[in-house]
Amino acid sequence: MRVSSTWQGESAASVTFTFNGQRVTGRAGDTVASALLANDIRLVGRSFKYHRPRGILTAGSEEPNALVTVGTGPDRMPNVRATVQEIYQGLEVVSQNHIGPLHRDLMAVNDVLHPFLGAGFYYKTFMWPRSFWERVYEPLIRRAAGLGALSGEAGGATSEKAYAFCDVLVIGAGITGIMAALTAAEAGADVILAEDAMVAGGQTGPQDGQIGDLAAGDWSQTRLDQLRAIPNVRVMLRTAVTGVYDDGSFAALERTGLHLPPGPDLPRETFWRIRAKQAVLATGALERPIAFPGNDRPGIMMTSAIATYAERFGVVPGRRIAVFATCDHAHRTIAALARQQGFSKLTVIDPRPDAVALGDYRLIAGAEVIGTRGRLGLREITIRKGGTEQRLEADCLGLSGGWNPSVHLTCHLGARPVWDEARAMFLPAPGAVPGLHPAGACNGTLSVAGCLREGQAAALTALRAMGRKPRAPALPDASDDPGRGRTLWAVAAKGRAWLDFANDVTTKDVKQAAQEGFTSVEHMKRYTTQGMAPDQGKSSNIGALAILADATGRTISTTGTTTFRPPFVPVTLKAMGAGAEGKGFAPERLTTSHAATLARGAPMIEAGLWYRPSYFPAKGETTWQQSCDREVRMVRATVGVVDVSTLGKIEIMGQDAGAFLDFLYTNTFSTLPVGRARYGLMLREDGHVMDDGTSARLAPEHFVMTTTTAAAGQVMAHMEFTAQALRPDLDVRFLSVTEQWAQFSVAGPLSRELMNSVLDDPIDDTAFPFMGCGAVKVHGIPARLFRISFSGERAYEIAVPARYGDALYRDLVARAEVLGGGAYGMEALNVLRLEKGFITHAEIHGRVTAFDIGMQGMLSGKKDFIGKAAAGRPGLLDPARERLVGLKPVDPDGVLTAGARLFKPEDPPEARNDQGYVTSVGQSPNLGHMIALAFLRHGPEREGHEIMMIDALRGIRTKVEVVPPVFFDREGGRARG
Amino acid sequence: MLIPCPQCGPRDIREFTCKGHETYMHRPSPAAPPEAWDDHLHNRDNPAGPTREMWHHVAGCGAWLVVERNTVTHAVTGAMLAREVAR
Ligand SMILES: [Zn+2]
Repeated sequence: MRVSSTWQGESAASVTFTFNGQRVTGRAGDTVASALLANDIRLVGRSFKYHRPRGILTAGSEEPNALVTVGTGPDRMPNVRATVQEIYQGLEVVSQNHIGPLHRDLMAVNDVLHPFLGAGFYYKTFMWPRSFWERVYEPLIRRAAGLGALSGEAGGATSEKAYAFCDVLVIGAGITGIMAALTAAEAGADVILAEDAMVAGGQTGPQDGQIGDLAAGDWSQTRLDQLRAIPNVRVMLRTAVTGVYDDGSFAALERTGLHLPPGPDLPRETFWRIRAKQAVLATGALERPIAFPGNDRPGIMMTSAIATYAERFGVVPGRRIAVFATCDHAHRTIAALARQQGFSKLTVIDPRPDAVALGDYRLIAGAEVIGTRGRLGLREITIRKGGTEQRLEADCLGLSGGWNPSVHLTCHLGARPVWDEARAMFLPAPGAVPGLHPAGACNGTLSVAGCLREGQAAALTALRAMGRKPRAPALPDASDDPGRGRTLWAVAAKGRAWLDFANDVTTKDVKQAAQEGFTSVEHMKRYTTQGMAPDQGKSSNIGALAILADATGRTISTTGTTTFRPPFVPVTLKAMGAGAEGKGFAPERLTTSHAATLARGAPMIEAGLWYRPSYFPAKGETTWQQSCDREVRMVRATVGVVDVSTLGKIEIMGQDAGAFLDFLYTNTFSTLPVGRARYGLMLREDGHVMDDGTSARLAPEHFVMTTTTAAAGQVMAHMEFTAQALRPDLDVRFLSVTEQWAQFSVAGPLSRELMNSVLDDPIDDTAFPFMGCGAVKVHGIPARLFRISFSGERAYEIAVPARYGDALYRDLVARAEVLGGGAYGMEALNVLRLEKGFITHAEIHGRVTAFDIGMQGMLSGKKDFIGKAAAGRPGLLDPARERLVGLKPVDPDGVLTAGARLFKPEDPPEARNDQGYVTSVGQSPNLGHMIALAFLRHGPEREGHEIMMIDALRGIRTKVEVVPPVFFDREGGRARG
Repeated sequence: MLIPCPQCGPRDIREFTCKGHETYMHRPSPAAPPEAWDDHLHNRDNPAGPTREMWHHVAGCGAWLVVERNTVTHAVTGAMLAREVAR
């Protein structure tokens, strides 16, 4: 029932949304929960296991019951707390966890079957037969016991990630946090004040009297307005600090746009990483429920929630309201409510015989609530006083069992909270998180004056820790009375009394766990599922612990506590992974020839983050194989052009550049003449091949190295390590220039002719012999030319500053076409290199040695280099190792596949008979059959032998002949020219 | 975790990659016995407490650092340039 239609002092517009398809009208500022209560809708969902009707328990993010699904399509969000979600025009809300309509859930039969569904039911029932688990039990359980579901659609509104830095982070904008923020801000510190709720003020309200000359309930908002005007303060409402990490790192989730209609530029949530020098924890306390039979019906809620709905939203959640309270604080709240419209028939049941009414309401002292009635919502409660029972009509029952300090964030680095027997509370362990200072209710301090005092003190401590000398302004006058209370975890009465509403855990389940030997908290938790729902047991863990302590005859402090881990509130993966979807996850690296390549219709393949052309389809070609065959023949007959800019390129300079390369490579570079390039092999220190490539000497103290595309980053880090940590004695500097130079390979018998048509000064084989290099000019542009070949043909690589790459590529391809050649792609490049037995990272995959690939001769005996000692270990030089060979099918039509295993023809194809594996295959148009590179035990010793290639995955068996890994032009005369 | 790079100041751990224990810096001589190389390449302690590790400020200045940290408390107690440690 709505009794006031103002929101923060102003008249509020009405807002219409739907709940299960039904139109509901609330007002601006409402949450789904407050709007439903204003419309007397109490039934909001069904419980997880027994499908009991459930309503709204709280008014905050700790809500265990009222989980709903909001939004549609890819923006659908399940398990949203109705107490947090604000309404906007057109919002669609549906309830969860029922089959059929909410008020007639077909799964409610589980509630009747409850004697069979107690703790450990799943563990005991679904054990066997084993084969039933995946096919029968799991789908059944998932359907029966579940929360909301995602739409399964990709896309939808985006979320953001963001970073913030401050001197003092204040977590919580109740009176404690605001006092702390004011103190820190006045001292000139950069302050972030983060508050989970949409408004400041926490639990403080009319029951707390005056703070200075302001009503306690108005103080926070007034001071918040002041804080907002201070430039060094950033107020972040709707922002829950979800995790505490090392060195002042905090994670926070901001509901940036969830309270507004979706818009194209409106992020739903923002995942913040906040770095703070110091922090004040002012997260307050959560009111503690009481366990008694039937305490879970819609209409039963925390007394603090009743107060919040009344104060903040002008909503009275019932017509006949009763409150079951064990502490003075609740009496103050009720006394304040009793003065308001709509709260005329209030009854308070207090187990303390000496309880005194503090206002205009009926008090039944020395009594307990022992039962409730009302199928879809509370109708009546049963009260026991002395030996007699009486029934009382009530459609709303408040629960006040005291307060649980919100110590969660103090546990995120591993500290355990400490049980305070006198206050019956878990308090933050001293020094639990370095630089995080708990204050106010989260620190066990419940009086108004105490909270203000501690908020200020915590800020002063933080400021002093930063080396400041702050002054302490006078605090406003306020009540210093925390009130008394009695601890009542559970009422002794027959019937199911709920602890964890979200997961349907009752006091009986906890006692049963103890009886069956699960006496450790961690075991009890897992056996009963206590505290394992989305609310993480915020309102129930401590009650369950107390019941377990009682059942096992221990104190609470010896029973222990469960571990609180991040996140404090559920965080969507969408928010945590903001910016990392699609191309944010895998950015595209494009070569300068990309546009020209696409214009020629080439399908692109990914090489790491790079995109490279697969092949260039010509007129009449219908398969990639046709294009590939043509491109291979073209390079062998005329000339082809391919972009090789993706290879890593590293400039190396310094008077010890040659000595540095000698240490990195197995072979020698310091003797390389200027104007020449050399193939080099690099090992890891453990003697296995890391990478290969060419390095060219452009000047006595200037080399340029190429790495493979795949290992460019790894090689750069390896070089940094080598230069800095192993050889700081060498005078050498280097820099990756992969993206600064566009580089194209021009390969084929007509490659020199093509080059000379673009070079300002023609070259000949004297100036540029095989493996020659040097500076040239292309159309007036300074360029670098390398005569190196990855195809086995006469070939040149021409490098120009990247901004000329597009023009040069188009020019080279056009000129190649005039000569009967053209562009070629990765498929042809692969076949060309396979025909020559050139290796790639398919072969040097991290487990092979120079010996394995037949390059042992490249290991210099005259100098030290990385990997030298380890490469000489006898096990790495064993002839029986899997060593590089070529394979060709005995039948020319035989199919070879990469990844296939090799066996002796007479052996059964079993793992113990394994002889090796195929790494790369291709169809050679020059030879007319498939060719492969493979690693085979005893490799080269078996040339001429027949071997069985078996690809069990694809069902292929091919008899192959072992041949040398070079299939074409073994003497290499074509490349040398 | 913050690593105090001597060149860049305290920076977030996500800017760094870890190679492992500082053993990697102490490369045996080429003539060292196989046992020395085995230790260098393969054998590592797994300390609960202080340790010294190689970290690369790969998304920063590119420096390799020797970082002193405590595996139990996560406290970082120092960072030096590997280039200077090696000298
Ligand atoms: Zn740095």
